Amino acid sequence: MMKLYFVMLFLFVFPAQNIFANESSESINSLDSSFELLTSKSFSDKTKAIEAISESGHPSALGILSSLLDGKLYYGKKDKKIVKIEKIDSKIFKTFDPLNNDSLGEKKKRELRKVGINNKLRGLLNEKIAKLTIFSEDKKTRLQATRNILKNLNPSSVEIIRNAVKQESDADVRELMQICIYAADAQSNDREIKLNAIRSLSGSLYPEIGILLDKLNTEQLAKSEKDTELLEALDESIESTKLKKGFYKQIENIFFGLSLGSVLLLAAVGLAITFGVMGVINMAHGEMLMLGAYTTFVIQQLMPNAIEYSLFIAIPAAFIFTGLVGIGIERGVIRYLYGRPLETLLATFGLSLILQQAVRSIFSPLNRSVITPDWMSGSYEFNPALSLTYNRMYIVLFALLVLFALLWLLKKTSFGLQMRAVTQNRNMAKAMGIRTNWVDSLTFGLGSGIAGVGGVALSQLTNVGPNLGQAYIVDSFMVVVFGGVGNLWGTFFGAMTLGIANKFMEPFTGAVFAKILVLIFIILFIQKYPRGMFALKGRAAES
Amino acid sequence: MRKEVLLLKSMLLAVLILFIPQIGLSADKIKVGVLHSLSGTMAISETTLKDTVLMMVEEQNKAGGLLGKELEAVVVDPASDWPLFAEKMRELIEVHKVDVVFGCWTSVSRKSVLPVVEELNGLLFYPVQYEGEESSKNVFYTGAAPNQQAIPAVDYLMNEVGAERWVLAGTDYVYPRTTNKILESYLKQKGVAEEDIMINYTPFGHSDWQTIVSDIKSFGSAGKKTAVVSTINGDANVPFYKELGNQGISAEDIPVVAFSVGEEELSGIDTGPLVGHLAAWNYFMSAESDANDEFIEAWHGFIGDEDRVTNDPMEATYIGFKMWAKAVEKVGTTDVDTVRPALYGIEVPNLTGGTAVMHSNHHLSKPVLIGEIQDDGQFDIVWSTDGEVEGDAWTDWLPESKVIVADWTDPINCGNYNTETKKCSGQNY
Repeated sequence: MMKLYFVMLFLFVFPAQNIFANESSESINSLDSSFELLTSKSFSDKTKAIEAISESGHPSALGILSSLLDGKLYYGKKDKKIVKIEKIDSKIFKTFDPLNNDSLGEKKKRELRKVGINNKLRGLLNEKIAKLTIFSEDKKTRLQATRNILKNLNPSSVEIIRNAVKQESDADVRELMQICIYAADAQSNDREIKLNAIRSLSGSLYPEIGILLDKLNTEQLAKSEKDTELLEALDESIESTKLKKGFYKQIENIFFGLSLGSVLLLAAVGLAITFGVMGVINMAHGEMLMLGAYTTFVIQQLMPNAIEYSLFIAIPAAFIFTGLVGIGIERGVIRYLYGRPLETLLATFGLSLILQQAVRSIFSPLNRSVITPDWMSGSYEFNPALSLTYNRMYIVLFALLVLFALLWLLKKTSFGLQMRAVTQNRNMAKAMGIRTNWVDSLTFGLGSGIAGVGGVALSQLTNVGPNLGQAYIVDSFMVVVFGGVGNLWGTFFGAMTLGIANKFMEPFTGAVFAKILVLIFIILFIQKYPRGMFALKGRAAES
Repeated sequence: MRKEVLLLKSMLLAVLILFIPQIGLSADKIKVGVLHSLSGTMAISETTLKDTVLMMVEEQNKAGGLLGKELEAVVVDPASDWPLFAEKMRELIEVHKVDVVFGCWTSVSRKSVLPVVEELNGLLFYPVQYEGEESSKNVFYTGAAPNQQAIPAVDYLMNEVGAERWVLAGTDYVYPRTTNKILESYLKQKGVAEEDIMINYTPFGHSDWQTIVSDIKSFGSAGKKTAVVSTINGDANVPFYKELGNQGISAEDIPVVAFSVGEEELSGIDTGPLVGHLAAWNYFMSAESDANDEFIEAWHGFIGDEDRVTNDPMEATYIGFKMWAKAVEKVGTTDVDTVRPALYGIEVPNLTGGTAVMHSNHHLSKPVLIGEIQDDGQFDIVWSTDGEVEGDAWTDWLPESKVIVADWTDPINCGNYNTETKKCSGQNY
């Protein structure tokens, strides 16, 4: 999508002074024959067509190739005429002439057939488009073009890069172009150039370079006469690349752990509050997560034109909705069962089944599709070896935000004070005139509301379906038990420790076994520290 | 007064007209059992198959039923609970006295009903692609065996895409484990080195794919073309593909070919970042044939929703139903012992063109198709086998099952016959 955007921008800004402008009638004729090839079923015909279009020098060549890559090139089922389309809805398309963008009116999807491409063609298109956009005005387009050229380096593209680097003004792009050139030089027959190029490639993190160096190394080792200087240079370059990659791998692992920890934190923190204050084991807690996720779905259905902002509305909406459901559950069921943990457990378990089935009846048993806004998809590339996904980064931030909001609520407001009082000694709090009933209701509402907010975050990571809650309830209990009851910092450290431990074990043990090991570890841990990492001390711990 | 009498009489007449034929027929209906989960984790996939059977029954009745009798569907809900499948199967055969059952999705549910359907001599049509290594006298497998899905898909990646390094990723249960065992052995026999194969299992419903996807990424940047063969099942696929998209693994770099992802599974996600990843099936909704257009139209008409998709297990259900109906018509009875041999050699046109043939090992001949995911959630067929591939119950790529064949006609008459020792070892559940 981004790619198309830049290409469009490029076309829009420079329609006239296109460097490939060479409008002879011949080039138009040659496009006609390539268009015919595009309607063929054979991919080798299409390859020929793409080659021809990219070589044609036609001013619309770039536009045609990028439309083809984005699946916007169609042809009439009857007249076989190639058109560019823009979707109005799933049934009706607006069509344009790909050569000059003249509108050709609206057409039904049934009358048209898409020009299908496969992965090989996609690679070819990327390469051709890169060659056509290397002189683009936009820096990102140039960077992307150079990156694509590096992916499949060949003599003709290296020539283009060698020309492009001379007039390149941006440092980042120039650096990448320089790497392309070194990569080409490293395969040169001139020993001096080769040696210099290999030394210059030392520590480069691009996977293509790593592959290239490995290849050169095996080539050199296979030779009967060993060139020690060259081999040493290769060794040194490969080693430094490996070292750097290993370092970034560790950073990535820590980030993965933190992001898993944040998910656990969001899922568990509500439970920590209800469990800590009221001593109620709420088996329906997972369903609160699920309700929050479904709230996101409903909000997105209500505002289909503003998906980008839907999450900002979904967060308060989910908090209020699940909070109210929580208060309802407390008033309707749990308050009659205080002091009877087993009954509470069974009742809330029953509730969780009722809620699941209710969702199944209302929304169908099928998973609902919650759309990820554009600003949350993709990843931020720090360097070629380390890129962190946006959705996880936002969730880590969001989890911290929720934690600090809760801490503030507990420490700085009178409701928080009352809640803490009830946590420490219910009877004494009662005696001091705190309406513990009221505090219980609100606490349960708060815990559920936070779970709802967590559900909004989960809707961006996992499937929104009736079983969403079940997948997280066990993990939530683990975090609360491990972290210690009644202390938010306990929950925080519990979640992060479990997240990081899990992620560091996973590469060695596999996902299934890592989970088992974590469980065993927790069982052993609570043998020694039955009250968790951050146990309440002093008189508060007596009950 | 007279008016009222007239009214009463005509009402009585109406009642008689409406009910007599039904009374007359109800004693003599052909019952079709439907054993698919309508609740629980598998409801996502199986509800569609229940609707497919109901549609086929309705169509058959519109065309005059079978042997002059009306068909009646008996639907039960085994609720994604594997032991309950066996109980519900018993209920269908003993209480409802059904003549045939269409049902099951997961291999574990099939294994659970096997003893019951064999003990009561029932007839089950199983419509899902599976790991093979089984052939029961009372079960007809209309989904793909490994040689009709996994092996051709790997061949495609090896020959057309040029893959040399392999990631076998799957959910941790019997189907992926067996399939990967077969594939690993196949790849090694094709000369792939041990270190070029990475095998990974995840639990059902796994949602945190960061590490695995990142591992795949680094495994794939070692200079050899890498491909991922995914037997990840159920809704764990959605976060898996999301993570692939987010970490920027495009299909041109590392293609993923999936055996359990079809149109239905994709209808829940934005397929933009997945364009170009692959799936191997015997049917795609996008297949161009008149039979398929009719089937899709009928399905949309039946379900009342133009946006619903069709998928491979639906086609397998369709073929199974047609075959059974044809066999029943041929022998003029629904008796299991008469219908079963009549099914061998029965031909039904595929929805993708060509014909499906039922063989005496209870498996079908089907074409194998490879499709690339498009941004509208459909697949573009990029490759297909030249003709139909005959289903092989016992794979040729594992040494222990190489020598075993299934053939339910004389003289072998066994689903587990060892050609070396000439012994039939019967069913191991």
